[in-house]
Amino acid sequence: MSATVEAPVAFARGADAEKLIEVVGVSRRFAKRLDFAGKIAAKLGAPLRDEVVHAVDKVDLTIRRGEVVGLVGESGCGKSTLGRMVAGIMPPSDGAILWKGQDRTGLHGKEARAAMLQAQMIFQDPMSSLNPRLKVAEIIGEAPLFHGLTTRAGFSAYVDEQMRRAGLDPAFKARYPHQFSGGQRQRIGIARALAVQPEFLVCDESVAALDVSIQAQVLNLFMRLRQELNLTYLFISHDLGVVEHLSDRVVIMYLGRVVEEAPTETVFARANHPYTQSLLSAVPKIEARKKAFATVKGEIPSPLNPPAGCHFHPRCPHAFDRCRVEIPALQEVAPGHRSRCHLNDLPNHGGQPV
Amino acid sequence: MSATTAGDAPVAKAPRVETPFRRFVSEFFESKIATGALVVFSVIVLVAIFAPLISPQNPYDLAQLDIMDGRLEPGSRNGADTMTYWLGTDDQGRDMLSGIMYGLRISLIVGAGSAIAAALVGASLGMLAAYAGGRTDTVIMRLVDLQLSFPTILSALMILAFLGKGIMNVVLALIVVEWAYYARTVRGTALVERRREYIEAAQCLALPTRRIIFRHLLPNCMPPLIVVGTIQIARAIALEATLSFLGLGVPITEPSLGLLIANGYEYMLSGKYWISFYPGIALLVTIVSINLVGDHLRDVLNPRLKK
Repeated sequence: MSATVEAPVAFARGADAEKLIEVVGVSRRFAKRLDFAGKIAAKLGAPLRDEVVHAVDKVDLTIRRGEVVGLVGESGCGKSTLGRMVAGIMPPSDGAILWKGQDRTGLHGKEARAAMLQAQMIFQDPMSSLNPRLKVAEIIGEAPLFHGLTTRAGFSAYVDEQMRRAGLDPAFKARYPHQFSGGQRQRIGIARALAVQPEFLVCDESVAALDVSIQAQVLNLFMRLRQELNLTYLFISHDLGVVEHLSDRVVIMYLGRVVEEAPTETVFARANHPYTQSLLSAVPKIEARKKAFATVKGEIPSPLNPPAGCHFHPRCPHAFDRCRVEIPALQEVAPGHRSRCHLNDLPNHGGQPV
Repeated sequence: MSATTAGDAPVAKAPRVETPFRRFVSEFFESKIATGALVVFSVIVLVAIFAPLISPQNPYDLAQLDIMDGRLEPGSRNGADTMTYWLGTDDQGRDMLSGIMYGLRISLIVGAGSAIAAALVGASLGMLAAYAGGRTDTVIMRLVDLQLSFPTILSALMILAFLGKGIMNVVLALIVVEWAYYARTVRGTALVERRREYIEAAQCLALPTRRIIFRHLLPNCMPPLIVVGTIQIARAIALEATLSFLGLGVPITEPSLGLLIANGYEYMLSGKYWISFYPGIALLVTIVSINLVGDHLRDVLNPRLKK
């Protein structure tokens, strides 16, 4: 696949670019409260309690203009929840998400709507993310028309332009989503998001449901649009190959916490956290055909009952006593490279546990 | 979206777009039974609408009735020898055929009217429960449980005993006992649909909640609502007939099918079967045809039964 994907073009980014999104200490909890009967049973001594899942646990993240940040993690680690909060669909339980230094929750009416439109989302399932009862033109053009980005008179031309930009034939705009293939449906979703002229896209596993050849096409489209429209991306994926190719920076999540954060080349060359290392060793590579994959041992623990200390310690080959009691801090191990592991504090390790 | 068609001239020759509605129509008419039932039901509706034009007699006009013609057998001529009572007459000398045609009007108006009104009330509340969640959801759904735990006929009887007779009161009573079915159906579908990503996409596009509910959520909750609606029309007609039979429904001056059946009930054992029998057949055919259409609609609209 990588042979057909155009290499991302580097342009103005890095420490000097404007901070587009700052995620400050954001948590998201999902609670299942006891009902009336449950409360009585708990009073009488039944082993019942409110079940609280910490889907996202005190995450800090900064995304600068023009950057592509890859967000990687196993299923259920909270990466989609984080993406939805960044896109503004879901409010955080704690913490703040600053858009160009401003908290969007304080806004009302027109300003709030304008701020919402700046961040759009591309979803995983290209079928369920399109309303099956609307024609493509209505799917793409509804929001721009509503928000006054186009007029009734200019509607048709505006939709045509959005479709062409996403690589769709405008002749198909009177069709319904079920008449398209998976890749085309994903392009409709992209056209819909871009039709409101956003600056920032959250791609939640946006190519995971597509064929590999179609994946490459859609990834190329993302990269082309990035150049044309100067877009910033948060690219959520469990596919390390895709992330390696696309991202400037990679953030690894495990059970609701960020465990490692570094520029892409650094992560793939000098991964610090044992979880990242085990993820990388599980990536199939052509040159290592006969190699036995070093899989991560065991299942991801239940987020209802996460392990104390470092969340990864039950599966970590290097775990020692401190990991079982104390949560490691996310600390800088090299410029721009942060990791959440106690091994970095061991004097003889020199920041390179292996 | 009239503007969408404005610049479509170059694709005007494109083959007919397969809209979800067209697909649904062609699938519906695949079943002969359902098609037949729909034809029968359409005939019944037409007869009810045009009853004043096609019925041999106006059964509400006392000047046209002759008490001497009371309880005549089907096929008898009237006293003045100007018309034939094809389905006989009741004890007031009313032509049963005309009575059934006018009775159908009342039954269908009451059935359809109450079903549609109950659908509006129930669907709105169900949608609100699903979208708002939390305490709103709990309150609405406990009301639904309360309503459904009462025997339907009992609550309808209580309401009518309180309000008194009359077509509007019957419709009101039917709305009260039927809205809960719609609310529960719509809430169930809406809970599934609102988790779909197109709802999140609409939220992300900063569309107002009202628009998301009515333009995105509601149209995708329609199929089960249509099915329940059809079945509930039949139920409402049957319930109205029951209430009228028990003497708590429509007034005697505007007899529905149920009241016609009740009128003939006392003569059943003296061999004058037709006064109850023919209105009963009309009621049966109406309800069965609606139910057949509804059953098939459920099959066609249920994605799990798709080939």
